[in-house]
Amino acid sequence: MSQPLTKKIEDRYYDEIRVRENEDGSELSILNLGPTHPATHGIFQNVLLMDGERIVDAESTVGYIHRAFEKIAENRPFYQITPLTDRMNYCSSPINNMGWWLTVEKLLNIEIPKRVQYMRVIVMELSRIADHLICNSILGVDSGAFTGFLHIFTYREHIYEIFEEISGARLTTNMGRIGGFERDWSDAAWAKIHKFMAEFPDAWEEFDRLLTRNTIFMNRCLNVGPLSVEKALQYGFTGPNLRAAGVDYDVRVAQPYCSYEDFEFNIPVGKTGDTYDRYMVRQQEVRESLKIIRQAIAKMPKEGGYHADVPDYYLPPKQDVYNNMEALIYHFKIVMGEIPVPKGEVYSCVEGGNGELGFYLVSDGSRVPFRLHFRRPCFIYYQYYTEMIKGGYLSDAILILSSLNVIAGELDA
Amino acid sequence: MLTKEELIEKLTARYGEAIRVDEDSLDLPAVIIDRAKAHDLVKYLRDELGFNFLTTLCGMHYADSAPEQQFGVVYHIHNWIENVRLRIKAYLPADNVAIDTMSDLYASANWQERETYDFYGIEFKGHPDLRRILNMDEMESFPMRKEFPMEDPGRTDKDDRYFGRVPQTNNVPNNELR
Repeated sequence: MSQPLTKKIEDRYYDEIRVRENEDGSELSILNLGPTHPATHGIFQNVLLMDGERIVDAESTVGYIHRAFEKIAENRPFYQITPLTDRMNYCSSPINNMGWWLTVEKLLNIEIPKRVQYMRVIVMELSRIADHLICNSILGVDSGAFTGFLHIFTYREHIYEIFEEISGARLTTNMGRIGGFERDWSDAAWAKIHKFMAEFPDAWEEFDRLLTRNTIFMNRCLNVGPLSVEKALQYGFTGPNLRAAGVDYDVRVAQPYCSYEDFEFNIPVGKTGDTYDRYMVRQQEVRESLKIIRQAIAKMPKEGGYHADVPDYYLPPKQDVYNNMEALIYHFKIVMGEIPVPKGEVYSCVEGGNGELGFYLVSDGSRVPFRLHFRRPCFIYYQYYTEMIKGGYLSDAILILSSLNVIAGELDA
Repeated sequence: MLTKEELIEKLTARYGEAIRVDEDSLDLPAVIIDRAKAHDLVKYLRDELGFNFLTTLCGMHYADSAPEQQFGVVYHIHNWIENVRLRIKAYLPADNVAIDTMSDLYASANWQERETYDFYGIEFKGHPDLRRILNMDEMESFPMRKEFPMEDPGRTDKDDRYFGRVPQTNNVPNNELR
């Protein structure tokens, strides 16, 4: 039943193939890359018109894992929307979770204690490291260097163990509450963070030595899929891909949230925006993230608890729910989603793993959003992918795709 | 520096009756523009006031509003030099759900408008390739419209009536669709 889609694209190319055959006798062919292909790391289809190894034209089809999150969100109280955000950029779900809580807190006008903000910064930077780590090591795999991936992947495991210690889950973390975290971080969680911070920087430098100056890797990546500043802005690129093109736009600096203004860090930028620059920007961003985490740990206030004092929105301790009438009422109302919500519209954004992750929340004062729109960076810049690969080799198209770090969950929402 | 007041003042001076301040916004400066002027406004903002970046674009369905305000398109645009954001809203009537495309101003609008068409059936005049994008091509309805039911309509445990509210409009039985 869904067959005609591919057929239509082939029909479109049919004339081109015939014209070309008549002109010079060469033969064009159609290659179906995806939807499921081990080299695309996600479910995207690209129908390529090929002249031998070269790509003449391309057409991408998205939506294979579309799950209607925006529609579902219109039927869920705020706290039930976090699991949806998990499943967008699943390589760095805590950033999505925190981005969503920041949006809700902006709407509800809640003041967050410094300690909670710093804790959030730590989780967000840890997830950024996990995100970039996956992207860069997979880029290595796609260009034939498997070792770095195998070596560094242990550390993503360590990051997930930290998440597990904090929230109970690893991949789809569903972390936090309105106003803070669901519980204070245990000593085990802190121990794991300190262990990670002690071990990871060296491992990252080792990974860097393995790949960055490797001749084969450089030859595969340099000048592959370059991106000019004009095109990047036209096509709505944000995040590391934009910075690789040479624009120093970073939401963390442009509109600081969660007290990012308290930390010293640099925004690495590239020059040509090619695959190698994108790789280099991510390499450097991981070092900057480590710097931020180190500062956040050092500056972490002793006082301030793990959540804001907002009984209307934050679940009371379970002990009180069983023994105290007030607490029981609050508990019931919050679980049923019956929290006081003002009418109005807010837009809030965070620097996600791939760029500006925005939430446009329209509230009509009821327990569910009237409308929630996710600005998914992947969806917006992926439309330029077909332009990027035109005229290049098929093997380069694979590298460009993995260096853009397109995450299917975020692309299709 | 381009302040919020200056920006609003400039826009009001240029568009007069066609523009008004959006009171719903809790954070960004926001305006509501006549849909006929929307393209001109965004072009003016891009070329004259340095709003170089289209952050996001999305559709809206105001099911309970008057027929001439049933649908809407919301644009978030951003001036990176001055670091000013602006929200622009354009209402569309139910009998003619169409607005000019912005894809000639910002290439990133292309897929976002396709997405908006896909979910709300909003027609973008002048769009180069207005097809469905996330849903399958054979689909006939526009699923983000409020009348499109999401769950089993027979389910009553999540009914707003239990919380002293008027039921939501999306509990329409399946056979009343379309």
